[in-house]
Amino acid sequence: MPDPFKEKRENEGYHDIDDQNDPVKMVLGHKDVRKAAHNWKTFQSGAEPGRIVVPSEVEIRDLRQIPFEVDPPEHKSYRDLVEPWFKRPLEEEYQAKLKNIIAGVLDEAIEKGSVEVIHDFSLVLQSRALTVLLNSDYSEAERWISWGTHVFRSEDDPLDNSKANVLADYLDEKVEEAKKNPTEDFFSVLLNSEVDGKKLSDDEVKGVMMLTFAGGRDTVINAVTNSIAYFADHPESIEYLRKQPEHMNTAIEELVRYFSPLTHMGRVATEDTAVCEHAVKKDSRISMCWASANRDERVFEKPNEVVLDRQMNPHVGFGFGTHNCLGATHARTILKILLEQIIEKIGSMEILDSEDNIEDWGGIKRKVGYHNINVKLTAL
Amino acid sequence: MAKITFVTRDNEHITLEASSGSLMKLATQNGIKGIEGECGGVCSCATCHVHVPEEHSAKTGEASEIEKDLLELSDNVQDNSRLCCQVQITEELDGLVVHVAN
Repeated sequence: MPDPFKEKRENEGYHDIDDQNDPVKMVLGHKDVRKAAHNWKTFQSGAEPGRIVVPSEVEIRDLRQIPFEVDPPEHKSYRDLVEPWFKRPLEEEYQAKLKNIIAGVLDEAIEKGSVEVIHDFSLVLQSRALTVLLNSDYSEAERWISWGTHVFRSEDDPLDNSKANVLADYLDEKVEEAKKNPTEDFFSVLLNSEVDGKKLSDDEVKGVMMLTFAGGRDTVINAVTNSIAYFADHPESIEYLRKQPEHMNTAIEELVRYFSPLTHMGRVATEDTAVCEHAVKKDSRISMCWASANRDERVFEKPNEVVLDRQMNPHVGFGFGTHNCLGATHARTILKILLEQIIEKIGSMEILDSEDNIEDWGGIKRKVGYHNINVKLTAL
Repeated sequence: MAKITFVTRDNEHITLEASSGSLMKLATQNGIKGIEGECGGVCSCATCHVHVPEEHSAKTGEASEIEKDLLELSDNVQDNSRLCCQVQITEELDGLVVHVAN
């Protein structure tokens, strides 16, 4: 997967793009990206809901995603509340459930002989894994799968809110349901939670849930699909990890760095400031381009190669600082179990055909994954 | 074997023994509070931040540039900060005391 930001990063360090008449200065260098992410006072998340997402979602939602669109100090109370729930992937029981799910989709693909990875593998895997994260009924996954990819935001028209409403309506329904019949799932747990001595409001509960649904969908689908595509193209890497499974951890971090499942994330300037010695006006937007930072040759040796045993890998694939990815533990665990299952079960994989998913950021085109990709698999 | 003591933010002293691996792994395997090691030790997450008292700093050595750049943007950073995933356990570390930073 090439690095389309190289020239701009080396020459200017930033890239200006328009987005619905609310321009964004994309920050490209590793050091500048981390500094901006660290500086939450100047580059805030608590702006108008949807505005720090690029393309902006201000026209399609009013609900504030939590803790994602909240600044310190309030951010910390929310984050502290949800953090333990999102650390459950470290528990054995959780991993056993995920293993069942991932082994299940892989076995099914092997049995069929070939699979369209995006819709029939990654989306299914992601949705079923989400039932574990939310501690909801396994059957719920069917509904999420039926939504297809590219939900919650129209790819073609950022002003089309019909897709965003799918999720909003679902959250309304589930919150009402959990109020009537509390269970042990995340909806019920949140409805019974307090922050700073105050019960979470319905909108706060929905804000956390919307973040969990939206933040972990395309990203996980991209990470899983790109990993499958990578191993299909590099059978020697499967062999390498099979012989030396002790490199599993560095391999996962390297795949996250190399594929950077989320290209960038925005912030809104709270004062007149500058990035890369270029003025940023108060109330204008910047974004931190994780994908570009992760290929910065000033930080990474051989940045455009997958080095499965890369020891020093200060990547920002899960973001950086206060708002680093809440779902990172879940994502890392999914990738670990997926790799273990591939090593255990796959003899060979071959890409039959594929259509790239290419983003266009003001003329810079970045491949983030696939629209569809058919892969042939044989058992070991 | 090297005896290594972690002092947590609640001033709990936990002494462990090991002969290899990183300080971070030793801490996470023994559930030391405040050491998470989310990235598994590749110097990406900064969740294994410790302070090394001056009398022990010769044993652990100095941080690399990559490690320093990450520490610079971490909470509670001090001159004696280290990411303990970058400290490999050897016999020379025997008697080491580190204070968990977060």
